Amino acid sequence: MKTAVIVFPGSNCDRDAADALARVTGARPHMVWHADTHLPDGVDLVVLPGGFSYGDYLRAGAMSARAPIMQAVRAHADRGGLVLGVCNGFQILTEAGLLPGALMRNAGMRFVCRPVRLAIANANTPFTRAYRDVRETTIPIAHADGRYYADDATLDQLEGDGQVVLRYLDNPNGSARDIAGIVNARGNVMGMMPHPERESDPTLGRLGGWPIFQSIAEAA
Amino acid sequence: MTHPHLRPATEALAVEFGLSKDEWGLVLQKLGRTPNVTELGIFSVMWSEHCSYKSSRAHLAKFPTSGPRVIYGPGENAGAVDIGEGLACIFKMESHNHPSFIEPYQGAATGVGGILRDVFTMGARPVALMNALRFGDPEHPKTRRLVDGVVRGIGGYGNCVGVPTVGGETNFHRGYNGNILVNAMAVGIARADRIFTSAAKGAGNPVVYVGAKTGRDGIHGATMASAEFTEEAESQRPTVQVGDPFLEKLLIEACLELMESDAIVGIQDMGAAGLTSSSVEMASKGGAGIVLDIDAIPAREENMSPYEFMLSESQERMLMVLKPGREAEAEKIFTKWGLDAAVIGHTTDTGRLQLVWKGETVCDLPLGPLADEAPKYERPYRKPEPPAALEPTAVPPMPFPLALTKIMSCPDMASKRWIWEQYDRHVMGDTVQDSSSDAAIVRLHGSTRALAISCDVTPRYVQADPYEGGKQAVAENWRNLTAVGATPIAITDNLNFGNPQRPEIMGQIVAAIEGMAEACRTLDFPVVSGNVSLYNETNGQAIPPTPAVGGVGLLEDVQRRADLAGMKEGDVLILVGRTHGALGSSLYLRECFGREDGAPPPVDLALEKRTGDVVRGLIERGAVHTVHDLSDGGLACAAADMALASGVGVYLEPHAALPAHAWLFGEDQARYLIAVAPHEADEVYEAAERAGVDAEPVGVAGGCEIAYGDEAVDLADLRAANEGWLPAYMGGGV
Repeated sequence: MKTAVIVFPGSNCDRDAADALARVTGARPHMVWHADTHLPDGVDLVVLPGGFSYGDYLRAGAMSARAPIMQAVRAHADRGGLVLGVCNGFQILTEAGLLPGALMRNAGMRFVCRPVRLAIANANTPFTRAYRDVRETTIPIAHADGRYYADDATLDQLEGDGQVVLRYLDNPNGSARDIAGIVNARGNVMGMMPHPERESDPTLGRLGGWPIFQSIAEAA
Repeated sequence: MTHPHLRPATEALAVEFGLSKDEWGLVLQKLGRTPNVTELGIFSVMWSEHCSYKSSRAHLAKFPTSGPRVIYGPGENAGAVDIGEGLACIFKMESHNHPSFIEPYQGAATGVGGILRDVFTMGARPVALMNALRFGDPEHPKTRRLVDGVVRGIGGYGNCVGVPTVGGETNFHRGYNGNILVNAMAVGIARADRIFTSAAKGAGNPVVYVGAKTGRDGIHGATMASAEFTEEAESQRPTVQVGDPFLEKLLIEACLELMESDAIVGIQDMGAAGLTSSSVEMASKGGAGIVLDIDAIPAREENMSPYEFMLSESQERMLMVLKPGREAEAEKIFTKWGLDAAVIGHTTDTGRLQLVWKGETVCDLPLGPLADEAPKYERPYRKPEPPAALEPTAVPPMPFPLALTKIMSCPDMASKRWIWEQYDRHVMGDTVQDSSSDAAIVRLHGSTRALAISCDVTPRYVQADPYEGGKQAVAENWRNLTAVGATPIAITDNLNFGNPQRPEIMGQIVAAIEGMAEACRTLDFPVVSGNVSLYNETNGQAIPPTPAVGGVGLLEDVQRRADLAGMKEGDVLILVGRTHGALGSSLYLRECFGREDGAPPPVDLALEKRTGDVVRGLIERGAVHTVHDLSDGGLACAAADMALASGVGVYLEPHAALPAHAWLFGEDQARYLIAVAPHEADEVYEAAERAGVDAEPVGVAGGCEIAYGDEAVDLADLRAANEGWLPAYMGGGV
């Protein structure tokens, strides 16, 4: 499986995501600079990592969504290629219109870093299949702008079509309908606020996010 | 017409810039002429306490600073120690007290930014941040706003830069009402054979400026940090700098990328006293001279004078000296990261700092008097007189459940979850244990080895007896690293005191340094970097003396570590160390009876070492996994911490000889609490006996209460009290 991680100025989970991908695929991902215009040939999965791309200036993800590489990411998604956005990556995907809704300032108005319990709302996606035998997992969040928002019609549609993939069991940020992660209608683009790459290392003994990567590896 | 900043300076202006009249005389003598205003500005910041360490240098020399692992001790941007496998750990702690009091968010944020620069300047990738915070009385009208701003500032900067904030400590005391302390520590990892220093050797090498453009912010910040506060402190808000963590992140990546090559001769961040301090330090350490073209400096504002350029403390700026002809290589990397950079001068062999502005030399100063020959004072001091020890019988008893609940929910002991949940503690993927442990554990990336990191000092002990308190700060730090299984390596320190021109304050400084130095020597725990913050006074009221210690240790196998969580039903609690029931200056005395009297617990350093070595040996052998050091609140609070972290209750046996309150809450040093399964207990007793260290069973784990004899506190109630105080306090409106 061939993977790529996009590096924006201010990305800070790019190495962590790359390590998790290397662990599950056995090969280091391509690190692709935001100013590039093409993805490496034959990439199966693109990860938009967490961090503070462009310092979250203007709005989290707003400037990165317009970075040169995003044209290529959009084309990859249109071809049915897999795209995973984590935290800032999720914010970028909504700003780019690759996923519906928006991520707003946490209800508590503060940055929150803590492990959160998540319900697996849909284990039938390329990103969550390895959770098929469990109902919940624990993965940490670390964000100030993670409150998922969309209008009621969109939320109803997301829920009706199984696009809500992960839900908070103790909503930490005021997200609408406890939404922690969603996929697009086609199911090949996923955004999630929790950081699965931080719970994917057997030597640290915390593996709550590892099935995300296992699922991806199975999907390719 | 001559620009006002180029006119001759006067004695009155020198005093306004923070120099004494004698120092003005010395400037005239060293220079052999009257300096202009710009030159005086440069002298005044270089001779400020903050940059010159003029009151403390003579005493700082008492610290042991060498050892088999020390690569760079004090004098560089940060200390560097060899941690094996070709790696060096580079770390330092620094204060941002005055700016944080005036503008808490930016003050704390730029404190984090500054300490990160000190570490990556040397070629290290920062891997962990810590902080030691002291606020005033929670009831003081400013405290809540300061806590809120400082915590947001630390988080705002560290979270964005993407370096985990893995721990720290927070105290509240009315002694900090007018002068809070914000000390930030950064730890980085570099290749041991590729550490960068600031020395700008050689003549004719290009001097390159990279990072934020220079504005008028922070002018004379170093002078502000070297003066007492008054009621008008807030009028100094314009001298507080504004941080941009995004820019810092780009600088880190760009500098580390350039450091992969051999283009750099010397590199220095622009911190306190900005371009002045960085250029003077680089040139004087390299035995060179330097010429700067003021017109080439990237400027954020128009019509800035040489004085303003040289004294600005605009953040996120670096100065480097390159090998000739390597400019294009550097520029390519800076352009990739979207950074402003410019060649702003070159090195010379003149031993002078020369500034050229609009084609004219506007400053021409010898480097010696600015740096090595800066004034150094042996200030008079009065030796502190430690109070008498307090017998347990001189302290009243209090029912166990009440005393335990009071102490575990007091501002100093209450859970700081509300704070550390605002910090990203896990980015970079190597945080093994964070803020809830005795010491944080951060794995070396891609390795099975790890660093342990802790920040400690007990200001009430230092207040009561600066010498013993200084010893204790180092000993407790060493103990915290040991309690997780690490071998302590070295420390950085942040010496926060009042006005050194008062003999009683200077007495605290001298005694605390001597106590710390003795502990460092006995525990093989050298000082490799540090920062001195003096004049922490408002309206003549000094802070409690607070020499914060930031220590680093090494775990050879991250799986062989200990934590205070993990205690299981049926485990035996073993107390390692000897209890006399020291209640002088204890939390029990302060929180239960409002008393702050009595001698602090004495520290027997030889015993401390022997005891710690036993505990570390047990952890390294895999014989124990659940350990907690005993400190604030003694045995009862240590047992309560373990119970809360493990989610299981504890029964403590009544002691045969000591009064209950002395046994439970005495703060005797060199003690650890270990929880092991009953069949594993003998190994602990035998190891202790071989080393001549006391170890005895003091209780068992089980149930859902913390019990002593027939008195008990429900674990859930204690948790609610311990977790509840800070959120309730902060919820009271900012």
